[in-house]
Amino acid sequence: MSAAELVGMSGSMPESVGSSDGAADDLILVQDFSFYYGAFRALENLNLTVRDREVTALIGPSGCGKSTFLRAINRMNDTIRGVRYEGDIRVAGQSIYQADTDVADLRQRVGMVFQRPNPFPQSIFDNVAYGPRVLGLAGDKADVSERTRLALSQVGLWEELGDRLDRPALALSPGQQQRLCIARTLATEPRIILMDEPCSALDPVATLAIEGLMRRLAERYCIVVVTHNMQQAARVSDRTGFFWLGRLVEFGPTNDIFTLPQEKLTEDYITGRRG
Amino acid sequence: MSAAQRDPSVTGRPEAPLLRGQEGYSDNVTGRKRQARRWELLFIVSTLVGIVALGSLLYNVLDSAYGLVAIDVKVDPASLARGGVALEALPASELATLLREKLKKRDLKTIEKEQPLAARSTEDLLGIVQTKVVGVDVVGTWVLSGSLLRRRAIEAELARTHPNATLTFKSWLRPAFLSSQQSPDPMRSGVRSAILGSLWTILVTIVVALPLGVAAAVYLEEYAAKDRRLTQVIQTNINNLAGVPSIIYGMLGLTIFVRLLEPLTSGAWLTGATSATANGRTILSAGLTLALLVLPLQIINSQEAIRAVPGSLRQASYGLGATRWQTIWAHVLPSALPGVLTGTILSVSRAIGETAPLVVVGASTAIFQDPSGPFSKFTVLPIQIYQWTSRPQAEFRSIAAAAILVLLAMLLSLNAAAVFLRNRTQVRH
Repeated sequence: MSAAELVGMSGSMPESVGSSDGAADDLILVQDFSFYYGAFRALENLNLTVRDREVTALIGPSGCGKSTFLRAINRMNDTIRGVRYEGDIRVAGQSIYQADTDVADLRQRVGMVFQRPNPFPQSIFDNVAYGPRVLGLAGDKADVSERTRLALSQVGLWEELGDRLDRPALALSPGQQQRLCIARTLATEPRIILMDEPCSALDPVATLAIEGLMRRLAERYCIVVVTHNMQQAARVSDRTGFFWLGRLVEFGPTNDIFTLPQEKLTEDYITGRRG
Repeated sequence: MSAAQRDPSVTGRPEAPLLRGQEGYSDNVTGRKRQARRWELLFIVSTLVGIVALGSLLYNVLDSAYGLVAIDVKVDPASLARGGVALEALPASELATLLREKLKKRDLKTIEKEQPLAARSTEDLLGIVQTKVVGVDVVGTWVLSGSLLRRRAIEAELARTHPNATLTFKSWLRPAFLSSQQSPDPMRSGVRSAILGSLWTILVTIVVALPLGVAAAVYLEEYAAKDRRLTQVIQTNINNLAGVPSIIYGMLGLTIFVRLLEPLTSGAWLTGATSATANGRTILSAGLTLALLVLPLQIINSQEAIRAVPGSLRQASYGLGATRWQTIWAHVLPSALPGVLTGTILSVSRAIGETAPLVVVGASTAIFQDPSGPFSKFTVLPIQIYQWTSRPQAEFRSIAAAAILVLLAMLLSLNAAAVFLRNRTQVRH
């Protein structure tokens, strides 16, 4: 699918604000953000900005806080009891940790794709149509179908399965399931898509398909992806952040991180001496 | 063998002989196997004990429900034939006339009081004619095992004591047993009103306990903060309530539904009966009492079904921006449904066999009419069985056994329905 086709479908998309360079494109602003599970400090004083229409990769060893940070951006951590935070995260200029923040609304704008494909045990169509239906986005049945078709086209599933949308989603291959989960997120018209190790349960071919999809989606969305696979970070991302024990050690253009890391820790990790 | 394996400093121990029979071989298998064998035997014996217990239960019931019956008559039925038509083939009107002619006034009055002759079925009338006019008298009943093994001895003895009696093999569980009303005569008595009473009571129980139980389970699992003191206290209490003896619930039902809420449970508010005639001992009171009894079970079962719904489903739904209620309605409840239904039918199976609380709530023991709705007086199968087994005559024990078979069949079909519903509604995760 070409970029022109993608832009052609953007009628219902929230338009990006400002030009393609400078601070106007800073979509997520993280300020002195710390996060605690009870007494345990999972994130320590994070400061970074994530740009629109880019893929931002977060790398680091297990338990370093990458996923916690990702889930802080759409407040999925709220479902865990006994969590606490300090500092602030701003999405499109608005703090998301205000008392009057509508979490359901935030999660519609900031979609999420999980590590293990988790389609609903329903038909392919119902999986994608669920978002527009419950969020009240779709007007009538035809509108729901059209939105479903668009979302499935964006992930390339419409071409593969267009005539079999009534089949159970769980009968799909893991790679197709994960793309279905992405389509399900796209159907809710998000601005940002968070992906938590989206390829870790997939084979190399399905992984490549998802990576290609991420690049295409980056033309219209802000994508933040957590990955254990450093080659993947190098292949798909524009910027990379390296997490170590809850701290953001280094953050910058992917090329710089992988070729000229400023920190010894980063260099040790990406060359495999540490981790 | 490489040098590294030979070197004790690497392997940490001297080379051990490998095979049985080799020098220095130490046997550490035989002892473990013997022990395993002993445990296996214990498990087999436990299973056998269970099977024997079940088997003897079934044997006991079947033994009483079938068997030989010796019947003696005072009047030859052939002499009662009218216009060439045998007694058994007479229409209802003829039978009623026959009864009016032959019976004493007092007996007729008692029968009419139970149910007017005109309103009775042909089969029922024939039954009355046979007991009251023909004088059918059961002079002996034998259990199934005796009937099969000692037939000759029974026949010989019967010929000596009642030369005119006829010996027939009788199945006490027969279609007429299911369709006829209770009667003081065990030969004609049936379980129709008890079956209907059980079904009505269970219906009330399900209608009350299912929604309440699921709603409470949804609150406790999806809304309540699990680490809060109050939630834990509530949870502990529900778990304990599930183990409270059922008679306690009966007393609760008697106090609340039968006495306190009598105007409601008697149906006086609908029928306009005065407080003098109102009676709270109705199907509604019984159903509500059983609903209280199974509610803790229902909540616990539903909670388990809801807890078994994978968290990834909730995460996916929340991640799309759905609200908590939308997530529960669209994903949690449909996924939990098979478990909830299975739990419901299991608790209903418990309720259908309950006797003690209904004795306290006031099930009637002599009911000669079908229950017509939630405000009817009622009896249920277990009460009927209890009442029949406590009678001295052997025939009552036989119809009690037949009623037990009916109750078992109802339980089995409920469980089959549970399995069917679960398989129908099951979704794969």
